[in-house]
Amino acid sequence: MDILPDPTTLVNEDSADGSIYSNPDLFDMEMDRIFMHNWIWVAHRSDLPESGNYITTFIGQHPVIVSRDRKGEVHVMLNRCRHRGATVCEHKKGKAASFVCPYHGWAYGLDGALRGVPFQEGYTGQLDKSNYPLISLRVEEYNGLIFASFDHDIMSLDAWLGRTKPWIDLFMKQGAGWPIKTMGEHKFTFPGNWKIQLENTTDAYHFPIVHKSFLDSVDSETQNTFDFVEGNGYVEDLGHGHSVMVMIPDLVDLDENLEAPIPERFQELADELAKDYPDEQVRRIVRAVGGSGFNLNLFPNLACSMAFFRVLRPLAVMETEIRHIAIGMDGGPELGNEMRLRLHEHFQGPMGFGTPDDSEAWDRVQRGSLAGRDISILLNRGLGHEAQREDGNLFSDVSAETGMRAAYRQWLVDMTGKTVRAENGE
Amino acid sequence: MSITLNEAIEMITLEADMLDHGDFREWLSLYTPSGIYVVPIDPDTEEFEKTLNYAYDNAEMREKRVERLLNGRAISAAPPAKTVRLQARYRMLESNAESCTLRCAQMLTELRQGRERYYSANVTFRLVRIDGALKIDRKIVRLLTSTEALTAVSYIL
Ligand code: FES
Ligand SMILES: [Fe+2]
Repeated sequence: MDILPDPTTLVNEDSADGSIYSNPDLFDMEMDRIFMHNWIWVAHRSDLPESGNYITTFIGQHPVIVSRDRKGEVHVMLNRCRHRGATVCEHKKGKAASFVCPYHGWAYGLDGALRGVPFQEGYTGQLDKSNYPLISLRVEEYNGLIFASFDHDIMSLDAWLGRTKPWIDLFMKQGAGWPIKTMGEHKFTFPGNWKIQLENTTDAYHFPIVHKSFLDSVDSETQNTFDFVEGNGYVEDLGHGHSVMVMIPDLVDLDENLEAPIPERFQELADELAKDYPDEQVRRIVRAVGGSGFNLNLFPNLACSMAFFRVLRPLAVMETEIRHIAIGMDGGPELGNEMRLRLHEHFQGPMGFGTPDDSEAWDRVQRGSLAGRDISILLNRGLGHEAQREDGNLFSDVSAETGMRAAYRQWLVDMTGKTVRAENGE
Repeated sequence: MSITLNEAIEMITLEADMLDHGDFREWLSLYTPSGIYVVPIDPDTEEFEKTLNYAYDNAEMREKRVERLLNGRAISAAPPAKTVRLQARYRMLESNAESCTLRCAQMLTELRQGRERYYSANVTFRLVRIDGALKIDRKIVRLLTSTEALTAVSYIL
């Protein structure tokens, strides 16, 4: 007898049941209803700069290939041979003219079309190659972010991203006028449910506590910049489970406040850049190198987080993989990009001064939440003074749990099958 | 006279022992002031400055890392994981009177909160002789799993 859990009994407006992190049946439902019926981020445009470039990645638990074909078009295809199911590509990235399955040699084009079948006579006319391309998913792109979906009926990416688009545009100003490019990644796993990390991206409350040791390791000016929990930042619900947490309002638009004094830790960089660039551009580059002052959480798997992309992938109900992808200026000054790499290493990744402490906290949430039965996880911080903007967005103070409430609202919509298809006239 | 294999092994074994026994402040003094401790991601790169690493520590960052391990304010390092590392398969790649490059294998077992984890690596040391004593000028830890997903490493590899 198969009884699926009832998600409506597990999540309320201001709390959730602890079992949402550990119920394997619920996890299976999520992998289907959330990861196969939403737009899932798969790549940044710079990962596939030229025709023939490809990467392999995952959508939920499904291995996929993201490729750029000869006409420059991007395809996202299941990494599964149509003959007997072998993966056709195991390289993380590369350049190819075709994908040849290593088992019996079926060859597919960059667009997934089945081009060649060895010893095809053996099928005595019963194999029409046009019926067996690699399975293609829907692909759409916004400002360099490439998303794919299994579901051909959901709304356009444009409608799905909706009110997050201005924030994505702001985030991309970290190119200082050049395009953004990815510059490598830190990849790690933690023994906990993926939603624990999803919640964390708009959790300012933990910062001064969990990241005490990071704050100890930076100069006092930087400490002040990161002292935002009682500042005038805010968290805003952007719809469809997306949210933004503005920690440092001065760093929302990197093209503004260019006349502000250059922070001490960037002075050396500024001096070096001044040899090659006019003052205004130096200031623009320096601000871009420092990163933006907000975390944008895009439900369910991408965050544009201050100065990097955070991508999460559920591996199992209590195992999650996280990638922190470094970004930089494509064509911008090498020195600026190197500084970005050093800043990334300082906080991020399994040996950074921030990530291991986050990871420890999430690990503890997972283990602690297994204690007892029917005990709530609280999501009510900042609810008392939450208000609504003219455009309808809910917002509250920077340490409010508004972003988590937004995510769980969408989680419930997805999980109960009440789709958002009809929105925006799509 | 060129630095001998035995001298070099003695030096790096001392380092390994200090790291496994938490003698982090003493560990700092094993490096030259311009020394670099690096844990790269890209298995092939030699241009560590231009690529993303797990750690790329100059003297200042090494000190901060040690401070973090000792001050008890980092939840992932309070207390730090216990580690036992073995080094073997030593090979002197080049050696002269002032400096040498030594490569070896390192197998490390970590224990933290009841979980045992393992990290294997090829480690390359550049050692220099300063006032008669050997110092570490460069330590490059090339993890076997550098391009895979790791788990939090709140200690010094
Ligand atoms: S499984 Fe791919 S060719 Fe047979
Ligand atoms: Fe954090």
